[in-house]
Amino acid sequence: MAVTPQRRSQDKRTFRTDAWWIQPAVVAVVFTAFVVYATFRTFENNYYSAPIHLSDLYQAGQVGDLLSPLYSPLIPIDWKIWGYHVSPAILILVFPLSFRLTCYYYRKAYYRSYFLTPPACAVRGLGGSAYTGERKFPFILQNLHRFTWYFAAIFIVILAIDVIRSMMYHGGGWGVSVGTLVLLLNVILLGAYTFGCHSCRHFCGGCVNSFSKHKGLYGLWRKVTYLNERHQLFAWSSLVWVSLTDLYVRTVTSGAIADHVFFRF
Amino acid sequence: MRNYETFEYDVLVVGAGGAGLRAAIGAIEAGCKVGVVSKSLLGKAHTVMAEGGAACALANVDPEDGWKVHFRDTMRGGKFLNNWRTVEIFAKEAPERILELERYGAVFDRTPQGLISQRAFGGHKYRRLAHVGDRTGLELIRTLQDKAVALGFESHMETTLTRLLTSGDRIVGAIGYRRSDGGLCLFKAKAVVLASGGWGRMYKFTSNSWESTGDGVMMAFEAGAELRDMEMVQFHPTGMIWPPGMRGILVTEGVRGEGGILKNGNGERFMFSHVPDFYRAETAETPEEALRWVDDKKNNRRPPELLPRDVVARAIYKEVKEGRGSEHGGVYLDVSHKGADYIKKKLPSMYDQFLHLGDVDITRQPMEVYPTIHYAMGGVTSEPETCATTLQGLFAAGEVACGLHGANRLGGNSLTDLLVFGKRAGDAAGAFAKSSSFYEPDTHQIEEEIETLFAPFGRKDGENPFTLHAELQETMQTGAMIARTEESLTTTLNEIKQVQERAKNISVSGDEKFNPSWHAARDVLFMLTSSEILVRSALERKESRGGHWRTDYPNEDPFWAKHNVCAKKEGENIKLYATPVPEPPAEYQEILKD
Amino acid sequence: MTQTVTLHVFRGDSNGGEFREYKVKTAPGMVVLDAIHQIQKEQDGTLACRWNCKAAKCGSCSAEINGHPGLMCKTRIEALPTEKPVVVQPVKTFPIIKDLVTDVSWNYEIAKTIAPLKLKDEGSTEPLRMQQEDVDRVQEFRKCIECFLCQDVCHILRDRHRKDIFYGPRQMVRIAALAMHPLDASERRPFIKDQAGVLACNITKCCTEVCPEHIKITDNAIIPLKERVADLYFDPIRALIRKVKR
Repeated sequence: MAVTPQRRSQDKRTFRTDAWWIQPAVVAVVFTAFVVYATFRTFENNYYSAPIHLSDLYQAGQVGDLLSPLYSPLIPIDWKIWGYHVSPAILILVFPLSFRLTCYYYRKAYYRSYFLTPPACAVRGLGGSAYTGERKFPFILQNLHRFTWYFAAIFIVILAIDVIRSMMYHGGGWGVSVGTLVLLLNVILLGAYTFGCHSCRHFCGGCVNSFSKHKGLYGLWRKVTYLNERHQLFAWSSLVWVSLTDLYVRTVTSGAIADHVFFRF
Repeated sequence: MRNYETFEYDVLVVGAGGAGLRAAIGAIEAGCKVGVVSKSLLGKAHTVMAEGGAACALANVDPEDGWKVHFRDTMRGGKFLNNWRTVEIFAKEAPERILELERYGAVFDRTPQGLISQRAFGGHKYRRLAHVGDRTGLELIRTLQDKAVALGFESHMETTLTRLLTSGDRIVGAIGYRRSDGGLCLFKAKAVVLASGGWGRMYKFTSNSWESTGDGVMMAFEAGAELRDMEMVQFHPTGMIWPPGMRGILVTEGVRGEGGILKNGNGERFMFSHVPDFYRAETAETPEEALRWVDDKKNNRRPPELLPRDVVARAIYKEVKEGRGSEHGGVYLDVSHKGADYIKKKLPSMYDQFLHLGDVDITRQPMEVYPTIHYAMGGVTSEPETCATTLQGLFAAGEVACGLHGANRLGGNSLTDLLVFGKRAGDAAGAFAKSSSFYEPDTHQIEEEIETLFAPFGRKDGENPFTLHAELQETMQTGAMIARTEESLTTTLNEIKQVQERAKNISVSGDEKFNPSWHAARDVLFMLTSSEILVRSALERKESRGGHWRTDYPNEDPFWAKHNVCAKKEGENIKLYATPVPEPPAEYQEILKD
Repeated sequence: MTQTVTLHVFRGDSNGGEFREYKVKTAPGMVVLDAIHQIQKEQDGTLACRWNCKAAKCGSCSAEINGHPGLMCKTRIEALPTEKPVVVQPVKTFPIIKDLVTDVSWNYEIAKTIAPLKLKDEGSTEPLRMQQEDVDRVQEFRKCIECFLCQDVCHILRDRHRKDIFYGPRQMVRIAALAMHPLDASERRPFIKDQAGVLACNITKCCTEVCPEHIKITDNAIIPLKERVADLYFDPIRALIRKVKR
């Protein structure tokens, strides 16, 4: 029965011996990558919808409108501040961004990865007993999450319209291209994310105590709960896919590749 | 003499399981100042281990049910060794207590009509067990805990009482120690409710926690109370047997209640060949009928897996003994045919328990099971109406009391027992306290107990209490388990005597601060005495009945059919004697016939 | 062939202590609690630990094993890397009494401040009418075995020592079970916000990760409570509707 020299120290950050830092690190890297890309695209203010003069196919009426989700809905105003063209994406992104920033899942992710409060379970993070959580400014604003959801829900409708518009060909008739499917998957993932929101779950039945007295609400609540249990999955998949959707639209509209049309009807 | 802290309560409740907490609620509502002493933290008592449900004839799913059927089933299950009056009160008040519990906040599983759902269980003619998945005991104790806390009482958690103090024939308090620092606590009380549970730790393979060392029953015995039916111990038919560290952990009867099937090592559904004549009329004859029963309980009879626990436990014992055991020496219990979703909904903690602790996925594989010690039917003799013991001011309820279960307890009856008699004990103790006053405890008794408690510190290189406990468990497991003979019992008795001698020289190291070996040193003394009483009572009862199976006396005996074995302290000796079982009145005899 | 495992077990009290090394024989399916019991029986009877059922039903044997909060009776030795010593120490959030035993009385003290169930038809003895779908949510919360591992891992209580601003996940679950009870007639939201301090939680979900009963504490209890609090305090539109209705 040997006595090891190591004394139990309350100050030791953690006794965990596994690689607890991997998860927060991965989250930080992916999240930062998205922020960098989205910032770049926002200020690029170009290549987000098919510019008429560039596309022969477009002029021939062979494609529909392909609009980047970062720039949807299309705002036909050109603002200039001190001679600088303000990107309409700024006006648009403020809504999905505020939705994601106050999202219950993302809060967990970035409190852990960026604020290190705490970085992982049973690992001491930053800040001491001065911590106030979401009781004081600025984090008390997180409690307004539901309002950002209202706008996020409107955006799902707008993005769904974009999918339809991508199928409406200017030469008349309809068609389905790779771009259509990319936009479709985008709206599905975003929809699954948005309608799996905890605030949405609260409106759709979470707020009542007796489900048997609100049968319709209960059915809805179960569906939202299904999505809510996969909130993390859809949070990340929709985030990544939004970026890829934008990248695809950028590649097509910059003229690098043509949007392959599967069939027309 | 060492210093002790003194506390005064109108009613002192010993034990914070279901019975203790329900008694506390009763006494508080009677306007008493109540103290509750428990060896563990609040809400950790053995009640949490109860899984299947609480039996009460609410008749929510089987409208044919009623208190008379419940009365009949309990008496028949107990082989008529029960006190009929206790059973009558129990069967009549059970539904009331369950509904009351629901109003306290318990949330039972529901029927489609929105009422409390009830499930089938061994020995119960109709579906009768109010349940919450397979964690009914937790629901019960948490509800009572919250209710009692809301009403207000003083809690002495992690405090072990070791002696009841008397003044003449009257109980006036108790003394014990705080586990955390060894500080002595003296409790003065006008009335004491004993709700200290059972004593399964004297066996090696047991479903009981460390707490079940029988301190309560032995304190009552030492103080002069009469004990009864101490030979009657229940062997739960289905305990885990693999892996070795998990041996003895309970597999709820709910598994069989939900349609689980027992098979031996050869894959045969063996229970059909073990149906006693006594139960033949109400048991399915073929596997087909048993299967149909699961969906249509009206027109088919129950599967033999749902016979009372003593019958099933003996059948499993025989199968293994005759060489038809499973890989690790048990039998198989299979519920996988019910489908993964159903199992996870109805038996979630069993699913979890086997998956994490046994590497068995019960939605796909059978479990391996073998009988394990589960419950003590016997205990302190108590009045049916008031739970009063033979000592003035001492009331007993729950597992520590005796009278309800006879020779074999039906599954689901213990949880309701806690509620019905917990309340009655609490109410009666409250009323008693109101018309009584505090008495000074005998200082000689206090000094004596302090001496006993601290003696192991004074000895050097004596016996290790854990070793003695292990040896006691070994000999009880070999000689006083499910199949008993004159020879095995005598051998065990002799070995107990030897261990008792060695126990006089127990020594422990360290100090009084949370010292498990010191705690064990006192516990083992209690267990040695209770084991001796158990074995000697078992030697007296020269017949087989319920949980007591004498292979040298395999039949029932007309004398013992009408007598309880009682035990009482006389001087320094244990006096054993037979007392007649109270005869039920004629109208109840009728109910019991069919 | 018997193998051995090395354990480093914390020995000491509130004044400090040290890790002591013990070697224990292993058996198939052995859990950490078995190893601790073996040490008690064969090597040192003064080693203090709290336990009851040894079947993950009572929640007594909470500890930190290799830095992970968990139940000793549910942590299999085989599942741990045994080439290194297994480090066992008491839960960090609560004051040490001795060795692996801590003083968790704070949890019981604050529990007293939570108002019990208040039925709409108090005093009646009629059977309650509730459907299974009404009670499903509440039954999940009532699975809690009060092991207090969630309280241990909650950084507000563990590292920031702010028991004054937050009741901890366990009590959130308890309050949620009462607040979502289909027949509860109490207005609990001011209490949930002010005394219980639900807003202090930053939903980093460690409580959910360690719960041995797999209760989704954050998603099903804490966040719905936050939303209910938001209804009353952070939703001017609803406030307006309430005013108009009145």
